[in-house]
Amino acid sequence: MSDTETTATTDAGALRRGSIGTPINNTLAIARREFVSYFSSPLGYIVIGMFLLLVGFLFFIPFAFLTLGKATLQPMFNSISWLLPLICPAIAMRTFAEESRTGTLEMLITQPVRDWEVILGKFFGALGLLAVCIVATFSYPVIISRMGELDWGPVAGGYLGLLLGGAAYISFGVMVSSFTKDQITAFFVAFIISAVFFLMNKALIFFGGAATVIEYLCPDYHFASIARGVIDPRNIIYFGSVIFICLLATARSLESRRWS
Amino acid sequence: MATSDVMIETRELSKVYGAQRAVDRISFEIRRGEVVGFLGPNGAGKSTTMKILTCFISPSEGTAKVGGFDVFDDPLSVRSVLGYLPQRASLYPEMGVVEYLEFAADLRAIARDQRRAKIKEVVEICGLKDVLGKTINELSYGYRQRVGLAQALIHDPPILILDEPTADLDPNESAEVISYIKEIGKTRTIMLSTHDLAEVKEACARVLIVNRGKIVADGAPDELAAKSGSVKYVLAIDAGKDESVRKSGPVIDAVKRVAAGAIVRELPGDDRATTLEVSVKGSGDQRREFFRMAVENKWDLLELRREAVQLEEVFRQLTVGEGAPRRNAGSKASDTSAATKESSSDV
Repeated sequence: MSDTETTATTDAGALRRGSIGTPINNTLAIARREFVSYFSSPLGYIVIGMFLLLVGFLFFIPFAFLTLGKATLQPMFNSISWLLPLICPAIAMRTFAEESRTGTLEMLITQPVRDWEVILGKFFGALGLLAVCIVATFSYPVIISRMGELDWGPVAGGYLGLLLGGAAYISFGVMVSSFTKDQITAFFVAFIISAVFFLMNKALIFFGGAATVIEYLCPDYHFASIARGVIDPRNIIYFGSVIFICLLATARSLESRRWS
Repeated sequence: MATSDVMIETRELSKVYGAQRAVDRISFEIRRGEVVGFLGPNGAGKSTTMKILTCFISPSEGTAKVGGFDVFDDPLSVRSVLGYLPQRASLYPEMGVVEYLEFAADLRAIARDQRRAKIKEVVEICGLKDVLGKTINELSYGYRQRVGLAQALIHDPPILILDEPTADLDPNESAEVISYIKEIGKTRTIMLSTHDLAEVKEACARVLIVNRGKIVADGAPDELAAKSGSVKYVLAIDAGKDESVRKSGPVIDAVKRVAAGAIVRELPGDDRATTLEVSVKGSGDQRREFFRMAVENKWDLLELRREAVQLEEVFRQLTVGEGAPRRNAGSKASDTSAATKESSSDV
């Protein structure tokens, strides 16, 4: 694929169109800037530090793995899944809210980029930070594998589940961030939405006949399924759908600014 | 349809916010190579028009084309041919100057082998050499504006839209930014919004004045001043020992007899002389009559000057007219006092 698309127009009155980056290049450029910006402020370090501190605590408390009498990371993955509704809104809160507040969004959107390139760039930039957090826990399976026979299938599934679940929560955060100029508001609203979705399958008893549907809507249900090491397409489709719907709502939010 | 010479074109362009028409059916054309000043009081619709032209917001009615591309149908092409510096250019504060320009080059799809040369070029044009090692949050406001201008120029666009590039700058910084704009305007079409009329006279060959969302004047600054149809005289008369004349009343009466229908205003001066500003309709020259008046009355004429009405005056006439918003009156008043100050300093 060529690096740029440059098209001469057929309109006799028009100038030759300037260079426009390919969707992949534009998305990557925005994602890279977004990702690097987390480390230019305390936010990136605070998120990683907090995440590792909490995971370390959950990993070493005795009931997490020692009491099970076998080498498994299942308790750790379950514990981390509780952290995602808190960590992901913190990562995503500034994606659009801060840019709207400072005015940099105008500068960005008036570049020759498509709205969805901006949205995807910001989403992947935020996901990059979550990925760093997750990668930083790779030492734990290594430690556990030295203690006994570790089944790597569920470990891979667990990490994939964390990434997909985290991506879904980040998409909540990106969507909410596009509706406000205040990142603190964005954080709390995204946190509440994420927490509600996360906790839904913990209170199925209250939903009666709708329990199956409610359970299916809960990210933790799909995460638990993947974390067992079984890749069910329905789980992938679920996470893909949540991300798609949230990013589509983000696109509509950006579009509505033009018409307001 | 736009001819190949028309770089920016609007037809009956409107933007409505609720019950308010921020831009009200404006139509204008800006041709290749023109540097056009876009003037108007706060809230007149300048920034809204510019935001529509850069595809940041959509018009409610009408059409606009930039470089021949429709802002609604082909926003990507519009953005590809223009460089835009929004009002109070907001840049990512945590980024370094070079890092930011590289990011701008990335989004402009400038080939990697040309990137270094392009950045070097805009760094030279915008005078950024001294701050290349700094992050944006370490820069003064003036330098941030220059970085904003550099990102707008990095892809060498044929069209530039600059929204109040000198707002909040000190006089030295403003003068520098205007000199950059004059330099880059030699080869580009520029639409420049500003409140500083002196900058417009210095940098722009044409002026569009907008008020309450409508274009109220369009032409060269001198042309607009001439069209206002009046000239102004400044007279300083020393009436000598005649105590009665020192009270200025007789001088004003004599002036009014010479220039019937003139608006006479006394300007602050020293105790020895009466200094008057006389605004007269029409384009004639009455300096001889004023001179004879002084001779006949045996007064010493210390100063006699004729000047065309300034752009400031035209701007005031057009934007503080009937029905102009009350909040604009304050800014106009300050414009007027600025104009008076300017006139006084000329004396």
